[in-house]
Amino acid sequence: MPKRTDIKKILIIGSGPIIIGQGCEFDYSGTQACKALREEGYEIVLINSNPATIMTDPGMADRTYIEPLTVEFLEKVIEKERPDACLPTMGGQTGLNLTVQAYDKGIFEKYGVELIGAKYSAIKKAENREEFKRAMEKIGLELPRSGFAYSVEEAVRLADEIGYPVIVRPSFTLGGSGSGICFNKEELERTSRLGLDYSLTHEVLIEESVLGWKEYELEVMRDIRDNFVVICSIENLDPMGVHTGDSITVAPAQTLTDKEYQRMRDAARKVISEIGVETGGSNIQFAVNPQDGKMVVIEMNPRVSRSSALASKATGFPIAKFAAKLAVGYTLDEIPNDITKYTPASFEPSIDYCVVKIPRFAFEKFEGVNSTLTSQMKSVGEAMSIGRTFKEALQKGLRSLEIKRFGWGADGKDKIFETELKSREDYLAFAAQAPQDEALKDEISRYIAKPKDNRIFYLKYAFLAGMTIEDIHRITHIDPWFLVQLRQILDLEKELLAAAGDSGKKKTLLKKAKQFGFSDRQLAFLWDDKESAVRAFRKSEKVEAVFKLVDTCAAEFKAYTPYFYSTYEDEDETIPSDRKKIMILGGGPNRIGQGIEFDYCCVHAAFALKEIGYETIMVNSNPETVSTDYDTSDKLFFEPLTLEDVLNIVDREKPVGVILQLGGQTPLNLARGLVENGIKVLGTSADAIDRAEDRDKFKKLLDKIDLKQSPNGIAYSLEEACRVAAAISYPVLIRPSYVLGGRAMEIVYDEAALKKYMAHAVEASGEHPVLIDKFLTEAVEIDVDLISDGKISVVGSVMQHIEEAGIHSGDSASVIPPFSIKPELVSEIIEKTKQIAKELHVVGLMNVQYAIKDDVIYCLEVNPRASRTVPFVSKTIGIPLAKLAAKVMAGHSLKDFGFTKEIVPDHVAIKESVFPFVKFPGVDIILSPEMKSTGEVMGIDENFPKAFYKSQDAASAHIPEKGKVFISVKDGHKEKIIPIAKQFHELGYPIVSTRGTAAALNQNGIPAETVLKIVEGQPNVADLIRNSEVKLVINTPSGKGPVLDEAKIRSLAVSFNIPCITTLNAARAAVSSLEAVKSSGGLDVKALQDYHPNLKIAGSNPAGTIERETMNR
Amino acid sequence: MKAYLALEDGLVFEGEGFGAEGEIFGEVVFNTSLSGYQEILTDPSYKGQIVTMTYPHIGNYGINPDDAESQHPWVEGFVVRELSPVVSNYRSEMTLDAYLKKYGKIGIQGIDTRKLVKHLRDFGAKKGVLSTTERDPKRLVKKAKESQSIVGIDLVKEVTCKQPYAFKEGLLEGFEWGRANQKIFKIVAIDCGIKKNILRKLNQHGFDVKVLPASATAEQILAEKPKGIFLSNGPGDPSAVPYLIQAVKGVIGKAPIFGICLGHQILGQALGGTTSKLKFGHRGGNHPVMDLATNRIEITSQNHGFVVDVDSLKKDDIELTHLNLNDKTLEGLKHKKYPLFSVQYHPENSPGPHDSDYLFDRFHELVEQNA
Ligand SMILES: Nc1ncnc2c1ncn2[C@@H]1O[C@H](COP(=O)(O)OP(=O)(O)O)[C@@H](O)[C@H]1O
Ligand SMILES: Nc1ncnc2c1ncn2[C@@H]1O[C@H](COP(=O)(O)OP(=O)(O)O)[C@@H](O)[C@H]1O
Ligand SMILES: [Mg+2]
Ligand SMILES: [Mg+2]
Repeated sequence: MPKRTDIKKILIIGSGPIIIGQGCEFDYSGTQACKALREEGYEIVLINSNPATIMTDPGMADRTYIEPLTVEFLEKVIEKERPDACLPTMGGQTGLNLTVQAYDKGIFEKYGVELIGAKYSAIKKAENREEFKRAMEKIGLELPRSGFAYSVEEAVRLADEIGYPVIVRPSFTLGGSGSGICFNKEELERTSRLGLDYSLTHEVLIEESVLGWKEYELEVMRDIRDNFVVICSIENLDPMGVHTGDSITVAPAQTLTDKEYQRMRDAARKVISEIGVETGGSNIQFAVNPQDGKMVVIEMNPRVSRSSALASKATGFPIAKFAAKLAVGYTLDEIPNDITKYTPASFEPSIDYCVVKIPRFAFEKFEGVNSTLTSQMKSVGEAMSIGRTFKEALQKGLRSLEIKRFGWGADGKDKIFETELKSREDYLAFAAQAPQDEALKDEISRYIAKPKDNRIFYLKYAFLAGMTIEDIHRITHIDPWFLVQLRQILDLEKELLAAAGDSGKKKTLLKKAKQFGFSDRQLAFLWDDKESAVRAFRKSEKVEAVFKLVDTCAAEFKAYTPYFYSTYEDEDETIPSDRKKIMILGGGPNRIGQGIEFDYCCVHAAFALKEIGYETIMVNSNPETVSTDYDTSDKLFFEPLTLEDVLNIVDREKPVGVILQLGGQTPLNLARGLVENGIKVLGTSADAIDRAEDRDKFKKLLDKIDLKQSPNGIAYSLEEACRVAAAISYPVLIRPSYVLGGRAMEIVYDEAALKKYMAHAVEASGEHPVLIDKFLTEAVEIDVDLISDGKISVVGSVMQHIEEAGIHSGDSASVIPPFSIKPELVSEIIEKTKQIAKELHVVGLMNVQYAIKDDVIYCLEVNPRASRTVPFVSKTIGIPLAKLAAKVMAGHSLKDFGFTKEIVPDHVAIKESVFPFVKFPGVDIILSPEMKSTGEVMGIDENFPKAFYKSQDAASAHIPEKGKVFISVKDGHKEKIIPIAKQFHELGYPIVSTRGTAAALNQNGIPAETVLKIVEGQPNVADLIRNSEVKLVINTPSGKGPVLDEAKIRSLAVSFNIPCITTLNAARAAVSSLEAVKSSGGLDVKALQDYHPNLKIAGSNPAGTIERETMNR
Repeated sequence: MKAYLALEDGLVFEGEGFGAEGEIFGEVVFNTSLSGYQEILTDPSYKGQIVTMTYPHIGNYGINPDDAESQHPWVEGFVVRELSPVVSNYRSEMTLDAYLKKYGKIGIQGIDTRKLVKHLRDFGAKKGVLSTTERDPKRLVKKAKESQSIVGIDLVKEVTCKQPYAFKEGLLEGFEWGRANQKIFKIVAIDCGIKKNILRKLNQHGFDVKVLPASATAEQILAEKPKGIFLSNGPGDPSAVPYLIQAVKGVIGKAPIFGICLGHQILGQALGGTTSKLKFGHRGGNHPVMDLATNRIEITSQNHGFVVDVDSLKKDDIELTHLNLNDKTLEGLKHKKYPLFSVQYHPENSPGPHDSDYLFDRFHELVEQNA
């Protein structure tokens, strides 16, 4: 069927900030949808609150609204734009939930907007567990036995009927928020209470447990003619009970006979038809009993998903892009397969390799968090790897994770409880002694019985301790097929170990070792050699990586899209061109501190370099991203970002240079290695990177340009640390050297705390020393992004943080332009930043952080690379900084683009951070120098209060228009809170406080009711929160740690979705924004294109070049 | 144990042998199904061929007594990237390795199967030799060159049943799919190498099936007084079975006919069309076929090296019903006057998707209308 001509303007709903369970896969799908539909000539209106996405680039849609994803703002956008249709399936669960809410309020009907892709009824049927259950019964598919509960009592009654353990699953949530496995009544009461609250419909399903069954997913598509295809089957290594997002998963399914697989396919077809997804992609999950093959349906998602992004990257079949085309009326056979060109999309991809996805966790960031994996997703990102076999893909995947591992152990990083295997000798000793150690075996058995982030490594230790495949299968329920693959790796490892020193043996094993995915680093460990020596040996033996194509069809047809992975076989399929090439290294898996922002920069670089005639080569291992879309660059290598893997590609492609500074810290860490191997790093030199990162060199640099640093020192031992801290006086900020995202960084107020820190910091720092800085209390923090071509430097923006220094820049709200700093200081900051750039000979981007205390500027750090704020700044000032950076690195000058001086916008933009606390019940939510946020939103408007208000709404921290405010602050803040509380009072908000704060307020003439602390008896503040009696919590921490009463209050507020403000500055901003918004009578929406009317959007370029008109003059 | 695969055009692979030892010849082809190796091994249509699986991990779920499409494997040799050392499936009773050993079939693993497949794709299916005894590449290539081509060779007689028999068997319990027809008609199925699941499917869809050898004459067929005639799949070149084409000519118009795969090609020839060899064939479970009557797309299971030439059919008599969307080759036809139709692919699947079951219903309707 041809595309629909009765619709012209389509609204696409994005997924908002990156949160656990909703990563940048929706930037990938949303970007694809925008591109696909614009290609068809539709006008695209986009709403998404996330500024870090490619999809919200002004060139991607015709009208881009970076506005909160709430019904209120959605309606405003619809009212203004009057789209004919809305595509709700690209924005994850957020998009679907918003659609349902808006539909229920009659908004689509009111403005005559048609839902395309998935109708309301289909969304409801799939998302509402009760309707879903009924639908499945109707088509004769089995589900685990279950019942619905609307209260805790009902839940308990049901569980008694079904029998423990049970799974609690709230309706309408994402990433399994609020779900859990309960082994007894007590756990059930706790979990179901939370679950009821998380559910939009206050409904939870109490379900029979099928723990230990095999878990599968099918990614399917359907078109308007009921044509149906399965794009990919996925089998989980971790059996049922571990959320698929947290499981190691493998494509395609490995252990199903064709009969079983086809039965599952039939079921999937019935499901999508019955649910009524007329067009588009869906994800359907199944569990299979390994004993008898019995199959049950677990759930279906009537939209593109994390798994569909994975499936797209795993097969080369772009699900979201095609889903968008199906939504406007095309049928699958009318869409050509991009990769093979001459065959249609109406087929099922066949693959001739194995794909492994491994989740990336960030438990180390959250003190007191329970790191056992359950039915609720906890991982923050993922890496995907491709190999010809599972063994190869698994080892590649593990070294893609950016957890400093180089494969499945034997990399010098093995740690079995307290025993570290740092050398070959350690390993030999352990392997010799472990099988005799019954206590160890017991301990390992117990450890692997519970799924954990590092369980995959412990499976190896279990083998080393003498456990058999049967033993491990019995304990973990992991399918024997996976275990035997692991066993094979280990068996070869033992051979390799024995071959050390015998070069003949080494030669015979070398190719097999590489085929099993062993990295040079592992071989170096096993042979007690240097990595570079292994590499040289390998090359002399002609055992070199070859690259094979991902082609959707297992080589049946010729492929036209250069999407590669490496392996060790005979034939290499790359055909290096003789064009000038630039290689861009991506950022690897998302994790806290390194997220989508860097992908944004890499994608921009690819677009920019293409524009100026270079061939671009992208290297990355993150399947969620736009950078790993084969459309983004000329060539895509889906590979781990380790020196070895990158060098292999360089050997083959011989690029003129490599861009490291856009992918965050991951590629930057490769700088030295690449330079040592004679590879040209484009932009800022590796030496300059070193000058910024090396403590001593950095100090000299700052001295030279007369810029202050807060007093600091370095310590290699506890004694030294105490000495240094005493010398610079407490409080001090302490951290291991060379880290990103403030990892293991802490403010320490006295020696006792310092000692405690040192006891567990060693783990984070390894052999590296700790750095100690004087902590600047109550200082204003500033972030600056700068671009330089080596001659001219321009500051993209000076950003002022709302929270004071001491709260990680990635976690604080950040404002453009600065709102309370003296203009002289801003000028001085700009000046100093330029001086730093000049000193470092920066070419490309640089980020500097400052703190201002008592009008004195201190430099906190210099990052000679793109920063997290680049997309935020770019969208605020209307200049594509990352693109320009790529071009200046390729030799252009800023003058070429006419960008030679700072732009101060006349609107205000605020970046607010979004946190994953809701996934970690009980964890204290206070902010610290250690970054904890997973994503960000942007509020943009004509002034600070309005922009702030929007940013809070977008971050799901809606500042309530009325209702009780709970205020409780530490003693040091009792005075400062007065004016804030006074404003709340004057705006008509009743105040409740704990005793001390209430007294302080009352003394100052502000009425405040007193409520008990949790320890003081009941009813207390916790009850107020539980019963939703307070609508806003303002609580500044007096100490740190989840044990404190106040920590409980904060974490409870998060659980019950009550906004909780933990700093005075944020409280001040909140109340002032309330005042302004109230008096101005509501908020308006405005498209990015209207903020930057001078932006010329080059229509000829599908990537959406944006250039300022003035820039070309 | 080392093993070698050599093609007639000089490409040689060294790998590790599994299954039996020895030396065999065959046409080297590839199959892109991700699962279903047991069904593939036991499909008589693979007689004369050395089959390469494009998916690297094969043997993962072992071999079970239920999924075989015939009594034993028919492939000449089996080529995989990596054989699974364990089996993981509740129905499995044997490893793939043991199974091939038992039936004297040679396998090779550990070779760059993608390179092989790309070669076959670019240069066409090739004669080849798989050997665990000969190690000299030159001699192997020479042997491959001198081996018999499957073009013009009657492989059907090697795989067809010796005696007529009645078939009665339900679908595998727990794996039933498709609609059962209540009204039962007696039909004859000509066995050119028929897969078990075709027979089961015919049973399920309301047919009482008598299986006749491929050598049956028109008289012998009609003597059974069938309400319908089914022409099965089978190996090799349709032109090499003139006797069957002859027999089919003799039954056209006398009873409704349904042909699958080789049966379709035989019917095509009996209707005056010609067949030719595809470069590398269609073997897999993901080929999109469009039913030209409804414009609906089926994902089909395929296994054939020959096709009916579209232009060779008389347009006045024959209607083209199905088209392969990948290469636009003919996938189905029906006669405008006589009650007969055929498809090039496998509606019984095994292995492969279940999208084409309606064809058995179509046959049932056709038989009912003409009864
Ligand atoms: N009945 C059950 N028994 C055991 N584990 C379950 C059961 N239902 C779900 N799970 C586990 O919980 C995870 C999340 O459940 P799912 O329904 O997929 O929710 P979500 O919407 O979060 O993806 C699944 O991936 C599975 O591992
Ligand atoms: N001397 C200091 N005084 C107060 N706060 C500081 C100081 N140094 C760092 N911080 C805070 O710690 C955060 C993280 O430190 P930073 O050096 O930027 O580490 P990262 O490399 O993780 O970005 C900063 O954003 C700032 O809020
Ligand atoms: Mg799920
Ligand atoms: Mg920082």
